[in-house]
Amino acid sequence: MLGIIIGVGAVVLIISLGAGAQSLILGQLEGFGGDLIGVLPGQSDSNGPPASLYGVKVTSLKSGDAEAFKDEKNVSHVLAVASYYQTSVSLYWRDHNYDGTLQGIDGDYLAVDGGEVAAGRFFSLDEMSANLRLVVLGSTVASELFSFNDPIGQKIKINNKTATVIGVMKERGQVGFQDYDDLILSPLLFVQKEVAGVNYLSAVRIKIDSADNIDESMEMVRQTLRERHDVGDPADDDFSVRSFRDALALVTSITDALRYFLAAMAALSLLVGGIGIMNIMLVSVTERTREIGLRKALGATNRQVLSQFLFEAIALTLIGGIIGLIGGTLISYLTAIIVRSLGYRWDFVISAFSIIIAISLSTLIGIIFGYYPAKRASRLSPIDALRYE
Amino acid sequence: MPKPLIQFDNIVKTYTSGDLVTEVLKDVSFTIAKGEFVSIMGPSGSGKSTLMHILGLLERPTSGNYYFADKNINTFNDEDLAHLRNREIGFVFQSFNLLARTSVLDNVKLPLIYSQNKKKMDERATKVLESVGLGHRLDYFTNQISGGEKQRVAIARALVNEPAVIFADEPTGNLDSKSGIQVMQILQELNRQGKTIILVTHETFTAEHAQRIIQVYDGQIVSDQPVKNQRQARAGEALK
Repeated sequence: MLGIIIGVGAVVLIISLGAGAQSLILGQLEGFGGDLIGVLPGQSDSNGPPASLYGVKVTSLKSGDAEAFKDEKNVSHVLAVASYYQTSVSLYWRDHNYDGTLQGIDGDYLAVDGGEVAAGRFFSLDEMSANLRLVVLGSTVASELFSFNDPIGQKIKINNKTATVIGVMKERGQVGFQDYDDLILSPLLFVQKEVAGVNYLSAVRIKIDSADNIDESMEMVRQTLRERHDVGDPADDDFSVRSFRDALALVTSITDALRYFLAAMAALSLLVGGIGIMNIMLVSVTERTREIGLRKALGATNRQVLSQFLFEAIALTLIGGIIGLIGGTLISYLTAIIVRSLGYRWDFVISAFSIIIAISLSTLIGIIFGYYPAKRASRLSPIDALRYE
Repeated sequence: MPKPLIQFDNIVKTYTSGDLVTEVLKDVSFTIAKGEFVSIMGPSGSGKSTLMHILGLLERPTSGNYYFADKNINTFNDEDLAHLRNREIGFVFQSFNLLARTSVLDNVKLPLIYSQNKKKMDERATKVLESVGLGHRLDYFTNQISGGEKQRVAIARALVNEPAVIFADEPTGNLDSKSGIQVMQILQELNRQGKTIILVTHETFTAEHAQRIIQVYDGQIVSDQPVKNQRQARAGEALK
């Protein structure tokens, strides 16, 4: 019985999680517009994330590369090219402190990442391309560091540099792997030169005019970088170029793995549950041998006895299935609540399909595992059954 | 002589267990006419129970022919036999064999569920329960009523499909004498209404309520005689 409950619950969960994950991925695609190319330093195989994501410093990506992408001769269909240098920092304001991610950005940031200012103002184009000690805070950073004080115009310390807060971004939540509310934005040159003391980039994002041209542009980006970095063999690439669709495919593959795991668990639970039901029914047939004999004496045919016990088995598995359906629904509802609280979009879907699957699956298990005990009951001779003590 | 309802021609029944072959019925032949009240007597191990089981279509003979209402049972398959039992035969057992945790009415309806005629099941079951004096016990569970009442429920169940024959296997064996008398009264009344009754017992006193006694011993019929002074069961009289 427990096996049936777990099994059917898992099946309902799989279906519901599948729908939820799909809505998540759809939401992500919409968030990015699906027309972004990401360029990260360091090589990666096509499936795994690039080394730079693991915190390994790779210095091969330079501002000159980003400039090259803007040239129509190198890469076509480009609308905007945003460069980033990102580093972890500690912020101080009076006696408050906050550990966040400082992201150096340049002029094309808004065109690529979007976002709106909630208070104060954003950088002007000139400010973004200069080495200026100005910051715009993500909403989480602002509320953690300043509580109810007005952050605009305040001077904060980033590590040991002082910068002025000129704006706070609107709350945006998590998109892809990035929590926008947790970012501190600053002009790229300031972050590179003053804070980190480097001259390379941690990422470049390129906005393409249409999602249809992504593959073509990605190939051109690769060619440009190979030329600039003197890479002859693509196997020696010191960069990785991804579209955000690829990144989302990664998310999909993770949720798929989860679904396969659940499916295997469901199959196993259903098997164990089915065997349990078979056992219960065999015991029931033995205990009710006299009843079976009586029913036969009163004129029940073998088929009628068979169907009686089969229906009893189905009733058992159906009850288990319904409990499993309720349990699975509850768990997927909880999942939806938790995922939404993390700022993702997650639809809670219990479709008629999953209800039908739950009911027909538990009926099927009842038939498969109830058949043998029912057959045994139907084959009892009425005399032996009536004599049985 | 009325046409026989039951005809046994050279019925033999053997049981094989391993190499041991036990001959339980040895070449038994007799007939029972429609409307008769017959007692089958014999000590335990005489084969009377096996005889009764074959008569009641619960078992098949090893050899010989059994004609029930002119039809040779040997040509019937299990399903035909089940239908025939349902339609033509009512069983009353020594140990009642009622379903526990089930109401009196539902117990009596049981044969109707297996019959082809499923019309007005509640009405028919209620009527037959009233005829055995249990109209006030319809909704009781079978574990809430007395032994005598249980056996009357069993008789009602045997009657509900209006069968041709009632087989009663030691129906008074588990009852006190007062309840036993009541049961015998009902059986005699049913016989007067034209039902064929076959009663299996080892008590001469009970057997003498029938019109005819067949004595079985060691797998054979040793005597088959009419009862000279058939006993009439009356309320207040004690069995034994």
